Formats: sequence, C-alpha cells, structure tokens
Amino acid sequence: MGLTGAGFGAGRPDGTGPAAGPGRSARLRSELRQHPSLVVGGVLAAATLIVAIAGHIAPPHNPLALSPGHALAPPGPAHWFGTDQFGRDVFSRVLYGLGMDVAIGLIVAALAFAVGCAAGLVAGYLGGWVDDIVMRVTDILMSFPSFLLALSIAVVLGNTVRNVIIAVTIAYVPYILRLTRGSVLAVRGADYVLGARAVGASRSRVMTLHVLPNTVGPSVVQATLLVGWAILDVSGLSFLGVGIQPPSPELGVQIAQGASYITSGQWWVSVFPGVAIILAVLAVNFLGDYADDKLRGRGS
Amino acid sequence: MRRYVIRRVGLAVLTLAGIVVLVFMVTHILPGNPALVQAGGYANAHTLHVIERQMGLNRSLAAQFGSYLGNIAHGNLGTSYTTGNTVAHDLLTRLPATAELAVASTILATSVGVPLGVAAGLRAGSVTDWAGRTGAIIGTSIPLYWLGLVLIVVFYGKLHIAPAPTGEVNPFAAVPPSYTHSLILDSLLSGNWPTFFDTLRHLALPAITLGIVETAPILKITRSATLEVAGSDYVRTARAYGLSRWEILKSDVLRNVAPKALTALGIVFGFLLGGSILVERIYDWPGIGLYAWNAVTTTDYDAIQGYILLVGLMYVLLNLAIDLLYAVADPRIRFGSAGGGPRNRPPPARFGRRVISPPSIERH
Repeated sequence: MGLTGAGFGAGRPDGTGPAAGPGRSARLRSELRQHPSLVVGGVLAAATLIVAIAGHIAPPHNPLALSPGHALAPPGPAHWFGTDQFGRDVFSRVLYGLGMDVAIGLIVAALAFAVGCAAGLVAGYLGGWVDDIVMRVTDILMSFPSFLLALSIAVVLGNTVRNVIIAVTIAYVPYILRLTRGSVLAVRGADYVLGARAVGASRSRVMTLHVLPNTVGPSVVQATLLVGWAILDVSGLSFLGVGIQPPSPELGVQIAQGASYITSGQWWVSVFPGVAIILAVLAVNFLGDYADDKLRGRGS
Repeated sequence: MRRYVIRRVGLAVLTLAGIVVLVFMVTHILPGNPALVQAGGYANAHTLHVIERQMGLNRSLAAQFGSYLGNIAHGNLGTSYTTGNTVAHDLLTRLPATAELAVASTILATSVGVPLGVAAGLRAGSVTDWAGRTGAIIGTSIPLYWLGLVLIVVFYGKLHIAPAPTGEVNPFAAVPPSYTHSLILDSLLSGNWPTFFDTLRHLALPAITLGIVETAPILKITRSATLEVAGSDYVRTARAYGLSRWEILKSDVLRNVAPKALTALGIVFGFLLGGSILVERIYDWPGIGLYAWNAVTTTDYDAIQGYILLVGLMYVLLNLAIDLLYAVADPRIRFGSAGGGPRNRPPPARFGRRVISPPSIERH
C-alpha cells in the first residue's frame, strides 16, 4: 500500500481543539466528507417515514387478511412482494411492519435517553455512594451483550409489545447513563457551575439548567443510534419468538415465518422484510454518523 | 502494574458476583413463575403447590439464594428438563461447536477488517477510507439473521455451492469418536477426512455470516487507531529521518495499532455471543446458542440461567484478559504513570456496536 506523505499528514487525532484544528483544505475535505452522511441519511429517513406512514394510511391490501387460495404467490403485478404462506400480501405487511418497528425504535430510544440522562446526571453530579451504586449496577448490566440482556428480560417478563420495549430499554439505559455521567464529571467543576452555586442556585436548578444542557450532546447522538439498535434487537427477539408475536406484521416475525420456506425457493417472504429493516437502520446510522462528526467539531 | 492488576481483578470479581445476583433476581424476583411453567397452564392449585415445594420456591428468598450459591460453587447449574442432562454437561458439550464458529468468523473478520482499517486510516479522506467507513455503517445496519437466510438463498438455493443448513455435518456422515466435542478437531484427530471436509463446508456460511457483521467494529477501531498513530509526533519524526514507508508502517504504525485492534476483539466477542444464538438457530448449528434458543422456547429456566451465567462469566474473563494484555502492551499502564489505565481503552461497545464516548475517552 502506498504510504504517501499526504496520507500521514492528513491523519490527525480526533478532538483537536479549534486552535490546533485542521487547515482550510482539510476542513473543506471533511466538510465534503460529512455531507454525504447527512444527505444519504436524510433521504433514507424520509423514504422510511413516507413508506411507513403510507403503509398505515393506505396499504394496498389488508396486512392481516388471510387468503389461503393465494398462498406463497411469487412477486408479481397483483402482489408486488408476493404473498406469504397464508396468502397475506407481503408488500402491505412490510409497509405496516416497518412503521411498527420504527415506532418501537423511537420509543425505546426516547425512554432509554430519558432514564439514562436523568440517572447519569444525578450519579455524576452528586457523586459519592449514589454514584458508586449506580455505576456498579451499570457495570453488571454491561457485562452482558445487550441483545442477550434484552432477551433474558423479555423471556422473564413475557411476550407483549410493552414488555419487549421495557426489556430492550433496560439493556440500553447503561450506554446513555455512562455517557451522560462522563460528561457531567467533566463539567462539574466548571466556572459556570461553580458560579451558579455561588449565587445560591439550588442543586436541582444547577443540574437541570447548567449541567444538563452542556452534557446532553453525546447522549443525543447515542440515542439516535439506539433507534437503529432497537429496530435490530426488537426484530431479532421477534425472530427468535421471544419478542412480538404472530400474527403481528412486525418485520422480525415475518422473517421468521418465511424462514421455513427459504430452502424450498420461496425467498420473498423473508427477504423483503429484511430489506425494510436495513433501510430504516441505515437511515439512522448515517444520520448518527453525521451527528457524531458534528459533535466532535469535525467539519465546519 | 501490580496495583492496576489487583484493582482490575477485584473489579472483575465484583462484577461476577453481581452477575450471579442478577441471574438469581431475574428468575426469582421478577414476575413469572417457573413452577407454573413446569406444571403447565392447566395444572390445578394443588399440583402447582407441590411443584413449587419440589423446586424450593416456597422457602424464603434468602434460603433460596443460599442454596443457589452453594450449587453454583459446586458447578451445579441444575438440570434441564428438556434434555434430562445437567445443564453444566449440556453447556460444556455444546461450547466447542460455538467456539468453532467464533474462531472461524473472527479469523475471517480480522483478516479483512484490520488491513482495510489500516489502509483507510492511513489515507483519511481517500476513496479507500470512504469505502471502509460506508462499509462499516452498512455492516452495522444488517440484521444478522436475515443475512444468514439470504446467504442460504443464494449459495444453497440458487448456486448450489453450500450444503443445506442442517448443522455441522450432513446427517449421513460417519461421526468420529468424541474426544473434544468439536467435530472439526475430532475428525481431524481421528483422520476422518470426509467428515472433516464436510464439517468445514458446513462451517463456511455461518462463519461468513458472523464474519461479515463482525468486520465492521474491527475496521472502525483499526481505522481510528491508525488515524491517530499516523498523525503522531513519532511518525512525523520517523518520516523526517527519512525512514522508508514500509519501515514506518512496520515499526511505528502497526506496533501501536495492534493493542487497540486487540481491544476490538473484546467488542467482537460480545457480539459473537449475542449473534451466535441467531446464527446457530438459522443454520441449526449445535452450539450453546441453539441450546439457549431451545431453552427459551421451552421456558427451561435452569438451562436459561446456566447459559446466561456462562455467557457473563466468559465475557467478564475475556475483558479482564484483554485489559491485562493491553496493560502489558502499553508501558504507560505497566509503569503506572498517569493517563493510562482502562480509561485508555475504548469504552465498552457491547454487541459490536459503536458507542459514542465522552470527549475524554477515546472513541472508535
């Protein structure tokens, strides 16, 4: 591989301050580099939302209507994505399921964000034994792969949409919590915080008005990515049969139902729902990539 | 160094204790009744009561926790009511199959992810870099189980290259004597070549499935480590001295990137454990993931508990090993100077995902 001089020079560690920031040409380059993520992510997100909303308002067929006479019909003019083993229209089910997964992803991310931020703020700002307890619990929760943690909780709680949301949220809270706490520790001794305390602001006022706004950035980016994780994990749990249950047109449920027909050639039942998942998660990940760049002050 | 080791080991022990408590809590304190599961939905109150007594569920929580601890200390994880074996036996005989999958997929992912990551990091902003970053984003957006199914459709259904997804070996193959419970090793040791090659053929698709998705975090971490090293003072100095590119790559870049690439393995391992349950289910691969799936679908509490405990144990130990290795590789930690320690490691990104870190912690 060619190690050009420019190649070495261009590589700067992340997070250099404004004073030592990259030069004009590098800035231009990274500006160009960060925009594709925003463009791609924005377009994909818009497409996902339009498709999902259209699927809820005006699906071409009823996503739950059985039609045994038309079971496992291949994709064609009547059924764009074919039909499943019960003759249900895969296209309508994919549209409907996409909306469902996106909604669940947003709810999980919002809940994890709210709980994680609050707990991280309190733990980081108060410190002492509160911090110790919160962080030990966080360590333990993080010593499981999050998918397995969500799976165990979902198994115990039982398979309802609400319980799946709770299970996945619990698995994600530690990520936001740790992040928020880290940022809180960094600003806890800042002049503006000390100033606010000096003029007699109450603890909760300092936390919510002075500390929180200055520490929330990384958590917002992480919460964006959580939407994608949640879509992957919820559909994965449903695929395994411990998440959302049939006959719901949730995407993982659909993939599981089509899995038995994969080896006999009826690929469309499983393949199209997966494409929908990728569409939604890609949108989130590209937007997250852009937000991350922005947060780190890369580019303009 | 010694202080660091003691602190790190202590933390691992504390976490393990926490895991034991958590596993106990999940099955004993959260709503859900193991006795009801075993008795079935149509059991009457008396039957239920008898089974509760058999399972010791009528005793106080403290007493239950005590006997639970005692059992674990003796390696007794209970009995699976679906297989009839002890859970410890079930898990140990199935672990090698999962290990085969883990090793094969990690070799694949490392041999693709590390060179690509180094190349991308050396030429930040280039087409290689762009392709690597985009590839990593796509890699983290694909549902693993869906990818597995698509590979089956293409390579088994359409191209007829891969064998049917029926586990480790075709059902008619001669099974070698079991020395290690790893079919690959066993057939190799007993010189059973047809079975050996058939197992390798069966291993290919599941390993590629996991490998594709594992590549993303490895690539990402290697890239950012290379980016940092390539912009460092010592590389600039080496260039100023007129050392050849290869020399710099070998002695400055790779030596400093290697420890960070090692930490990527910790992340990948967590991912493997979570992903194995999905991949093994699709390919009917007889490892602990498939066992866990069976346990989950039959609500086999002892088996689920044992599985979670094993996963937690492996994960904590592996991360401990990586932290200690990292300390050995990084003199700042070895000699106990400031700024070292586990804080220098990328933050934990479980399940192979990117975690945005606060500015003080290095990102990957």
